[in-house]
Amino acid sequence: MDGINRNEEGYLTDFSQWNKEVATNIAKECEIDLTDKHWEVIDYLQGKHKNEEALSIRGIKKSGVINIKEFYALFPGGPLKISTKIAGIPKPKSCI
Amino acid sequence: MKKLVILGAGTSGTMMANHMIKKLPKEEWEITIVDQYKTHYYQPGFLFLPFDLYKTKHVKKKGEKFIPKGVNYILDKIDKVLPKKNKVKLEHQTIDYDILIVATGTKIAPEETEGMKASEWHKSIFDFYTYEGAKALRNKLRDWKGGKMVVHITEMPIKCPVAPLEFAFLADSFFINKGIRDKVELVFVTPLGGAFTKPKATKALHYLLEDKGIKEVVDFNIEEVDSKKKKIISYDGKEVKYDLLVTVPTNLGDEMIERSGLGDDMNFVPTNKATLQSKKFENIFVIGDASNLPASKAGSVAHFEAEILEENLLRYIAGKKLKEKFDGHANCFIETGHGKALLIDFNYTHEPVEGSFPFPGLGPLKLLKETRMNHMGKLAFRWIYWNMLIKGTHIPFVSATMSEKGKHFDKKN
Repeated sequence: MDGINRNEEGYLTDFSQWNKEVATNIAKECEIDLTDKHWEVIDYLQGKHKNEEALSIRGIKKSGVINIKEFYALFPGGPLKISTKIAGIPKPKSCI
Repeated sequence: MKKLVILGAGTSGTMMANHMIKKLPKEEWEITIVDQYKTHYYQPGFLFLPFDLYKTKHVKKKGEKFIPKGVNYILDKIDKVLPKKNKVKLEHQTIDYDILIVATGTKIAPEETEGMKASEWHKSIFDFYTYEGAKALRNKLRDWKGGKMVVHITEMPIKCPVAPLEFAFLADSFFINKGIRDKVELVFVTPLGGAFTKPKATKALHYLLEDKGIKEVVDFNIEEVDSKKKKIISYDGKEVKYDLLVTVPTNLGDEMIERSGLGDDMNFVPTNKATLQSKKFENIFVIGDASNLPASKAGSVAHFEAEILEENLLRYIAGKKLKEKFDGHANCFIETGHGKALLIDFNYTHEPVEGSFPFPGLGPLKLLKETRMNHMGKLAFRWIYWNMLIKGTHIPFVSATMSEKGKHFDKKN
């Protein structure tokens, strides 16, 4: 992970540095082994990010990619927080 | 005659009517604004209503008073927009437009969460994002004897994302003043990674939660409310019990947007974040909470957008290229209780930082710091809102785009 720019919470600060190897390494830090379903979710999240669309649990529900229970099972604890980190995009935030 | 139609006479719509009546020649343009409700609410005041700090008269006025002369004001329900025909179907008539401004805002949808809007709604489960909810909560708090109060955000995005935190801070102050703070357990439940989510704000402000004894439950995505057992349950089976649940339900754009086929998953209109033009139709523009912009859904954002939208509408009419000028600027006072408040100033790319506002180095307001002066600013804002902001008067020294002067950014910013 040398040369990969990340913020204090471990999120990439430059999406152009993202690749599958980076994602696999971040996933390992989060104790997750990536399966095909994980990659499908990552692809969906990156698409949303590219279109500047906000991520939400409701969006996941309506995405047709995964249901919310499965989303939790794939990224236990804080699924949006963890999946965005692996996808190389910013985590959902509030104003402050 | 050409026609400008504004849908929604809330903060954004009213501001745009006031802006455009001054700019468009009367002999060429007819301006119409449509809303189904007669009342204009000062929505930031809903935060104070539950604690008896504001009264009804402070937050509720007749909308008509703020619609400028010369603007056609229609009180009717909007059925849908027919964007390919440049028409809006209202319940009682159909109107044409050359340019449409969508300013229909966002509203709470408690029915989206199982068990939320059931028999306990406004009895032990409250919202404070509506006048009715805030007033019902005020009546409840007047003789509540204490217990576990859970302040809860259902999902993002929500209008005024800091309001739930402010509510928790004001609740702490309210119960101290009432002499029952020791009988109240205050818990803040959020679907995000923390009550504060940005690094600088977390560092500067997390002490507020600790000092006030407010517990945080994070990464909590609610699946249902069990109102009989008085607990909220998350998708991954976590449970938080409550005696009094103060929730911010799912926020959705107006159903009219869905009926018109103009919205995203949450009925917000996909909009160019710098020009405020809708992504699908070039003669439809969107302002305020109705858009899907990655900016905060807040009155100050709508105010800054209004100045830029006015300019872009004039450019659009003149056949000029739109200015990609909106930077997501927001400027918000945050009540922290005990007569103090914070002020934050930020945009799409810059997180809130410390510094002074509006005059670099001088203030008098301090950014990201609790002061009494900031609280005075928040109170003064009610007057500014009714007398300047919705009337489209420029607020001196505060620019539509964010100034970087007087702010303590890191060098890499």
